[in-house]
Amino acid sequence: MQLIVDGKSHEVDVEEDMPLLWVLRDELGIKGVKYGCGVAACGACTVHIDGVAVRSCQTPVADVDGPVTTIEGLGQPEAMHAVQEAWVEHQVAQCGYCQSGQIMQAASLLSEIKMPSDAEIDEAMSGNLCRCGTYPRIRAAVKTAAAKMQEA
Amino acid sequence: MGKVGKIARRTFLFGAVAVAGGVAFGVYKVRTPYENPLKDGLADGASTFNPWVVIDGEKITLITPHGDKGQGVAHAQAALIAEELDVEFGQFEIDFGKPDKAYWNRALAGDGAPFMATDESFTAEATRSFMGGMIKLLGMQITGGSTAMPDSYDKLREAGAVARETLKLAASNVSGVPVAQLKTANGAVQLPDGSELAYTALAGAAAKVEPVTEITLRKPSEWRLIGKPMQRLDMVAKSTGTLNYGIDVDIDGMVHAAVMCNPRQGGKLEGYDASTAESMRGVQKVVEVSGGVAVVADNTWRAIQAVQAIDFDWGAAPYPAEQDGHWAAIEASFTEEQLDKEWRNEGDVTAAMSGGKAVEAAYRVPYVAHAPLEPLNATVLVEDDKVTVWTGHQIPRMLQDQVAKVTGHKSEQIELVNHFMGGSFGHRLEFKHVELAAEIANQMRGTPVKLTYSREEDFAHDFPRHIGMARGSGAVQDGKVTAMDLQVAMPSVVVSQMGRAGLNVPGPDMQIAAGAWNNPYGLENFRMRAYRVPELAPVSSWRSVGASAGGFFFDSLLDELIHEAGADPLQERIRLMQHDVSRKVLEAVGEMSNWGSSLGPNKGRGVAFVESFGVPTAEVIEVTNTEDGITIDKVWVAADVGTVIDPVNFENLVQGGVIFALGHAMNSEITYSDGMAEQANYWDAEGMRLKQCPEIMVRGLENGDKVRGIGEPPVPPAAPALANAIFAATGQRIRELPLYHHIDFA
Repeated sequence: MQLIVDGKSHEVDVEEDMPLLWVLRDELGIKGVKYGCGVAACGACTVHIDGVAVRSCQTPVADVDGPVTTIEGLGQPEAMHAVQEAWVEHQVAQCGYCQSGQIMQAASLLSEIKMPSDAEIDEAMSGNLCRCGTYPRIRAAVKTAAAKMQEA
Repeated sequence: MGKVGKIARRTFLFGAVAVAGGVAFGVYKVRTPYENPLKDGLADGASTFNPWVVIDGEKITLITPHGDKGQGVAHAQAALIAEELDVEFGQFEIDFGKPDKAYWNRALAGDGAPFMATDESFTAEATRSFMGGMIKLLGMQITGGSTAMPDSYDKLREAGAVARETLKLAASNVSGVPVAQLKTANGAVQLPDGSELAYTALAGAAAKVEPVTEITLRKPSEWRLIGKPMQRLDMVAKSTGTLNYGIDVDIDGMVHAAVMCNPRQGGKLEGYDASTAESMRGVQKVVEVSGGVAVVADNTWRAIQAVQAIDFDWGAAPYPAEQDGHWAAIEASFTEEQLDKEWRNEGDVTAAMSGGKAVEAAYRVPYVAHAPLEPLNATVLVEDDKVTVWTGHQIPRMLQDQVAKVTGHKSEQIELVNHFMGGSFGHRLEFKHVELAAEIANQMRGTPVKLTYSREEDFAHDFPRHIGMARGSGAVQDGKVTAMDLQVAMPSVVVSQMGRAGLNVPGPDMQIAAGAWNNPYGLENFRMRAYRVPELAPVSSWRSVGASAGGFFFDSLLDELIHEAGADPLQERIRLMQHDVSRKVLEAVGEMSNWGSSLGPNKGRGVAFVESFGVPTAEVIEVTNTEDGITIDKVWVAADVGTVIDPVNFENLVQGGVIFALGHAMNSEITYSDGMAEQANYWDAEGMRLKQCPEIMVRGLENGDKVRGIGEPPVPPAAPALANAIFAATGQRIRELPLYHHIDFA
């Protein structure tokens, strides 16, 4: 089957029920997408399909019906997305393992709601677990990113 | 007591490291430095000044041997070297280096010696020095116990200064300008005429001179990095998905493995039927490993699916099958025979309580999983004369030994390529996952094998934090707390953990008493006794180790007594405090939180203080009792680490430690049924979610005279401060973690 990931087209020959996560990581070598729980409990695997955040560990590849964007397609170290810039500015990460998913979730939120309220941020980001406890910085970075994207 | 007992009592047992008697050494041997491992295979024209700095014609590389599991020590170690070497971030690369004795941990003895951190007596200091000598001889390279900064603070600045002065000498030899007229900045030696010689251009010349060892470290007033907010070097990579963790390792020809071991940990594999698994797509091999079976496939998901399709016949657990049996074993351990050590006995608690006990209560803490977000993994390539391991690990040299035992190689034939870790909290002090990867790879020599645990396998084999129980009582008089008697019973985490590495650890285990015995209060009458529970489920060091339990026991009991006395919880703690640095921490948190100001209805405020890893830490928590349950609104933290290396990272680590601790205090535990952990994924042990996260205000104090680490100390006071706040808000005293068994959280 065919997948469009980060703007590139790929032909993959895999089981229909293989989760998108493992197609991305092990078949296409896109390691920025992380495996955390496999049951949509942690959000580390979050990617966008058609710009909307989904848990790739619980998305069978056959159900992918639009272009996929991963953390690596959102922005690169030399050309970061506004959300990634805000993450760097606030020094959000500790171990960093959840942050790909956090950033993809935040980018999806901000494409839907330009200036989310505190409650909307809390609601949107609470499915993404951070074991290191970087939540105060995530909240601040989402707000900074929202403001930046308004200016742009 | 028999002879063995006496010897055992005289040996030391500390932190995650144990040293039994029998290591004889003289002053000469202790003083002799280890060879610089970077000399081995050093390229022509490259120069290495010590085990932490190597410069060639192309680049400057700083070795940061303490493992980075998110606490930012890769950056902090580099910053300590860079401060003296005069290089800027962006001008050098970092490398975790090869495992080596030269990277022995100088700070381990500080907290390992059985003395209070506040004890600076001759005996205490002499013992620490003696233990430091043993640790050096053993070449113990370990990241843990919040020791990375205490270990690195002097030696890495010295390493930077030695390299700088040597480069100046080399520049002097090249230019003919006397050293005294040379300056350094931005990775270059500056000549009086304004020209510069880049360090990289001086590498060859520097290789020809002996390192200059007469150096003077800069005064804090001259620092350009330390103590100032820094931009951590891993932030861009961690924000763009470009950092390679162990789980991301990709080696040519690599195959993917998944494993299932007996979920009754340590139980046998009695039999299995892998016929379905063998026929599944992508499966290449099914191999037996110790206590379980692994499937090797062409893709991680296929391997996990296949291993879960195997029919297993598992043997019984070597510990009580049901959780009640674990609690019963603890209940039965408060006996003279099980007394591990009486750690404190001041005044006369019995006499002080002869008029009646103000409080008599029992407290419990559960097993808890580490569950860092990056599941355990290791990639191993076994060849006849060499083994390569790619993973993130906290004890590199012991990892070599453990892998060597599996494959039959010598330890020095095991090459570890250490990686940034996606969290640990103590999880990556363990070896089992690496040993299993080595077992599989040893059956497929020449093929690199990446073993990835499923989250369920990770939970089932977490080696959780030890379970524990306390019995406490005390007396009050005239509005003051006058006596406390605390007994703590736990299995020994050190015995369990070191036992898996084949080490036999005698002597009392300080981790049973940590957080409970070492408080610097001056109670008139105080007794603290620790009881050793015979081994139950296998357990391991969990962020802040014993203090995560002992702090809850001690501070909860103290809070109850203060309330019985009718005293103010903060003021009575301050009145009792004998240690100046600690008192200032309590005073600071009182001021920050506006302690004593009136709160609205249904609100409550709790305070707790615990010293762990030499860091006095006080926390105040404000909660509201809402219709939906308790909300944690605000937290204030004051902690004294002597010197704050980077205020931004300090704040992030303190906030994270509080969130980690509160999440577990609220809702996380591991319980056993039919010998297996009942919690299989994050749904069952969730921790804190973002919407539950309070505002957390942090202040780092610098009154202490030693530099301390901040990874663990914020954890122990959080649970008791929360329980104390809930009591203040609701009148309900909860003496057991996790709290959600007794109260709802919104």
